[in-house]
Amino acid sequence: MPANNSADSYCLGIESTADDFGAAVVSFEGRVLSNINDAYMPKEGGIHPREAARHHAEVAEKVLAEAFQKAAIRPRDVNLVAFSQGPGLGPCLRTGATAARALASYLDIPLVGVNHCVGHIEIGKLATGARDPVTLYVSGGNTIVSAFEAGRYRIFGETLDIAIGNCLDVFARAAGLQQRRGAPFGAVVEELALKGTQFVSLPYTVKGMDLSFSGLLTAAVQAFQSGQYSLEDMCFSLQEVAFSMLTEVTERALAHTEKPEVLLTGGVAANRKLQSMLEIISEEHDARFCVVPLRLAADNGAMIAWTGILAYRSGVSTPIDKSYVNVKWRLEDVYAPWVEE
Amino acid sequence: MLIKKGAEASLFLETWHDRRVVMKRRLPKTYRIPELDQTIRSQRTVHEPNIIHKAKEAGVPTPTIFMVDVADANIIMEFVEGKQVKEVLDTVSSEERLSLSRLIGRMIGRLHKHGIIHGDLTTSNMILTPHGKVVFVDFGLSERSEELEPKGVDLHLMKRALHSTHYKHAKECFKAVMEGYGEAVGKEKAKEVTAKIREIEKRGRYVAER
Repeated sequence: MPANNSADSYCLGIESTADDFGAAVVSFEGRVLSNINDAYMPKEGGIHPREAARHHAEVAEKVLAEAFQKAAIRPRDVNLVAFSQGPGLGPCLRTGATAARALASYLDIPLVGVNHCVGHIEIGKLATGARDPVTLYVSGGNTIVSAFEAGRYRIFGETLDIAIGNCLDVFARAAGLQQRRGAPFGAVVEELALKGTQFVSLPYTVKGMDLSFSGLLTAAVQAFQSGQYSLEDMCFSLQEVAFSMLTEVTERALAHTEKPEVLLTGGVAANRKLQSMLEIISEEHDARFCVVPLRLAADNGAMIAWTGILAYRSGVSTPIDKSYVNVKWRLEDVYAPWVEE
Repeated sequence: MLIKKGAEASLFLETWHDRRVVMKRRLPKTYRIPELDQTIRSQRTVHEPNIIHKAKEAGVPTPTIFMVDVADANIIMEFVEGKQVKEVLDTVSSEERLSLSRLIGRMIGRLHKHGIIHGDLTTSNMILTPHGKVVFVDFGLSERSEELEPKGVDLHLMKRALHSTHYKHAKECFKAVMEGYGEAVGKEKAKEVTAKIREIEKRGRYVAER
């Protein structure tokens, strides 16, 4: 049993929750040796789960080969396979899970199913050295404010409808913006927002620690379509309102839990405007502000591999016959014995 | 003296005309732009004392308001002696815990019956006085509504606050809260709200059953 910290034990992590197929090799001591990703790019509209899953199946072999090559190790040097077991899009998750099962079974090594949301938190902690943060996890599929209490990452607040990343994406698409490879819609909106000057009043919806973005999205799309405001002003105002909401609930969780750190993670963590707002409230509450580095912000295999290692080292593994995906696996349903209180 | 730095406002313990008072100051938030900041702060400063008064009419103990300054977003109100329910809920006997939860539920029921949605029902926003009353504070996120939906969301928040902060006793406490709620609003209404809460929970992303 290679359940140790040694640098010559490795975990292969496979991520396939939504539009990204990722594979990474991470050493048991937490070094990311490779982290390869290939994103499905829809010709129009959002992610079609079956189309995305087809993409994943097509690129899986290539991405996995590249992950081994870049890490300069052979598949048989791997001691553990981790995969994203949920939450996410069923067909996409199943593609990654199938690859993971096949590899674990062929190599005759243990398999660990990882909760995608825990993955984002753990990789953020690894990369920034955060120990016990209030985490704001923001992405295309999730908007969660969480902190660790009694064995689990508790959810203090979350979106009541759509995720912040989804809100930005749908607005961008409705406004006729084009997605570029390597530059998600969020980045395009962020760029345009920098040129905005006039603030357009939009609905601000915070309910305790929970948020709602669907009304904001509708109002922003309607305001833009009225032709009264420039796209730059709309992007600026949408970001101001949405990020103020996120910052307010994060601050509320911080005031409530009195944790010493704030961690920003997930794909939308790449947004500098959001970073700067959270930095301000962290300072005000004497908390250290930590943000996941750009290369580990969006969905990636490294976060799955690292969380797999943490789980495995604390005695968690997933037998193949229990490795079915769980598309609605909630963050707070995961018992995390590896986290020290 | 700063006694609580919240997300929304800071509370200061002050002496005002020989009285111990709490000054609730909505200081400018530098993270948001001034237009949005000013709007949010003044709206909440006007709104909160209004609704605190309505809560009194509904028979729910709330602090007495002494002064409201809209321009600077300050409210001066009574300092309520007692302990936050957050601090006591896990430490009292199980009998006291249940009767306290029922009392809280009864008070929430009275609020809802009078169309008041608290908006931030956590155990840190309730003060248990030495006389055994529960005083509701922080109506900063409250709203007026007669509809079922916001009432459901309000109680859903309460449930979530119990589960995140008092996970050991969350289930029994929330059950008692709903019993007390039923005493105030009647069994039929309580049933409707309970069904609504379940619906709201299922609306959340990634729930086990739909």
